[in-house]
Amino acid sequence: MKENTRAVITVIGRDMVGILAEVSGKCAEANANVIEVTQSVLDGFFCMIMIIEISNINCQLEELKDEIGERVPEMTVHVMHENIFNSMHRI
Amino acid sequence: MLNMTDIMETITMIQEEHLDIRTITMGISLLDCADTDIDKSCEKIYNKIYAKTKNLVAVGESIAKKYGIPIVNKRISVTPISMLVGISGGDPVKYAQVLDKVAKEVGVNFIGGFSALVQKGFAAGDRELIEAIPRALATTDFVCSSVNVGSTRAGINMDAVKLMGEKVRETAELTADNKCIGAAKLVVFCNAVEDNPFMAGAFHGVGEADCVLNIGVSGPGVVRSVLAKMDDKATMDEIAEAIKKTAFKITRMGQLVGAEAAEMLGVPFGIIDLSLAPTPAVGDSVAHILEEIGLEQCGAHGTTAALAMLNDAVKKGGVMASSAVGGLSGAFIPVTEDAGMIAAARSGALIIEKLEAMTAVCSVGLDMIVVPGDTTAETISAIIADEAAIGMVNSKTTAVRLIPAIGLPEDGELNFGGLLGSGPIMKLNPYSPSKMIKRGGRIPAPLQSLKN
Repeated sequence: MKENTRAVITVIGRDMVGILAEVSGKCAEANANVIEVTQSVLDGFFCMIMIIEISNINCQLEELKDEIGERVPEMTVHVMHENIFNSMHRI
Repeated sequence: MLNMTDIMETITMIQEEHLDIRTITMGISLLDCADTDIDKSCEKIYNKIYAKTKNLVAVGESIAKKYGIPIVNKRISVTPISMLVGISGGDPVKYAQVLDKVAKEVGVNFIGGFSALVQKGFAAGDRELIEAIPRALATTDFVCSSVNVGSTRAGINMDAVKLMGEKVRETAELTADNKCIGAAKLVVFCNAVEDNPFMAGAFHGVGEADCVLNIGVSGPGVVRSVLAKMDDKATMDEIAEAIKKTAFKITRMGQLVGAEAAEMLGVPFGIIDLSLAPTPAVGDSVAHILEEIGLEQCGAHGTTAALAMLNDAVKKGGVMASSAVGGLSGAFIPVTEDAGMIAAARSGALIIEKLEAMTAVCSVGLDMIVVPGDTTAETISAIIADEAAIGMVNSKTTAVRLIPAIGLPEDGELNFGGLLGSGPIMKLNPYSPSKMIKRGGRIPAPLQSLKN
């Protein structure tokens, strides 16, 4: 079976200028290809889910999370390997 | 394909509803460490445990970060130490101290297995170990102790029951200046399981492999939140369905983490314990699930029925999600570790007799209950005997972990802090069981034991 090599980034918090730019900029630096982005803003509340390819990234997943967190300090950031979603929601 | 709803559901479970992996527990056999010289035996134990577990904490943390899911505890369980005492002789406290030392050095937060299995009688080392329990728990921080005094196959060893009542009290007395904490690390079992990853009752059974990794998942908050979103008119079978689905998801996550951790550590994956284990944190309570089902407060009439349904639904949901289920698997009801139970005990809604009834339908027993400091050893023994009888007759695990609050006034509370929580003193029946307890001997195994 092919190894799953994607991760899911979620960013939630009050909307402001440049969130997407900061997060995707960091992904580019880490050599992570952005595969899919979905975002919504509801009543000033920003919610973004980004799926990235991590087979060639140049840092650990946890470092990526910490650095994204530093760039958007007011947001709640999660970076999680896709396996957790697959195992919880798929049989 | 991943979709937004699933992703947000998982994140909400972890962030808002306290979903976590409660423990990864490495079970290690110490049979090959036995030596007739106790000091050599201790040295071999230290070397073996250290070699096997030096990466346990680091691996746990790296998986936690990869999946963004907290792994709260990393622990070790070992072969019942009474077997090593039987071979080496000497002071069993030495074993407790070496276990404590290695636990601290590898960074785990508990090590279980200062244990003896005496359901049918005492073998070499058993009595010595039991006698040493109070001193062992008073002079160590991370060592947990358990004694199995009964089983469906063997009946109940009433001599051991009598002895354990005394030891529970002594353990509390020796640690009276530290909130009687020793007694919180001592469990008395009936039908103890060999692959339990949860403390304080974990030990590595002799039927187990040399080294395995067992996982305990937890998610009372997730279950409560699912029920909170349901219609007030939902029937009990609809609620059971919802709990099953939730338990499935929680367990799948445990399976993923367990399999990966076992692979990284190079040891076989043992079992997942499908348990709802509460913590004192708000929103992580089994009592609140029962209240969400429709009880004004946990302990009201109907609590036993609601708990039976919950316990069964958790197992049914979890079984399909995992390749190997074991341990205690069910809902835990440790009073001081559950915000809803603490509140119910304070208000008087939850009394010890109701808790005893609840233990007949859930996974363990009278767990983390603070009892008056002047409770006699015989009364504690009698509580142990009652609980063991429930376990023996119903072919299930039951346990007793009582904390006699030495020196505290009747309306006092013990506050351990952390995962052990806090709790008010529960009133016990004042009449004496002393004559029966002094009889000793054995309660013969019930007819249920003759299955062959």
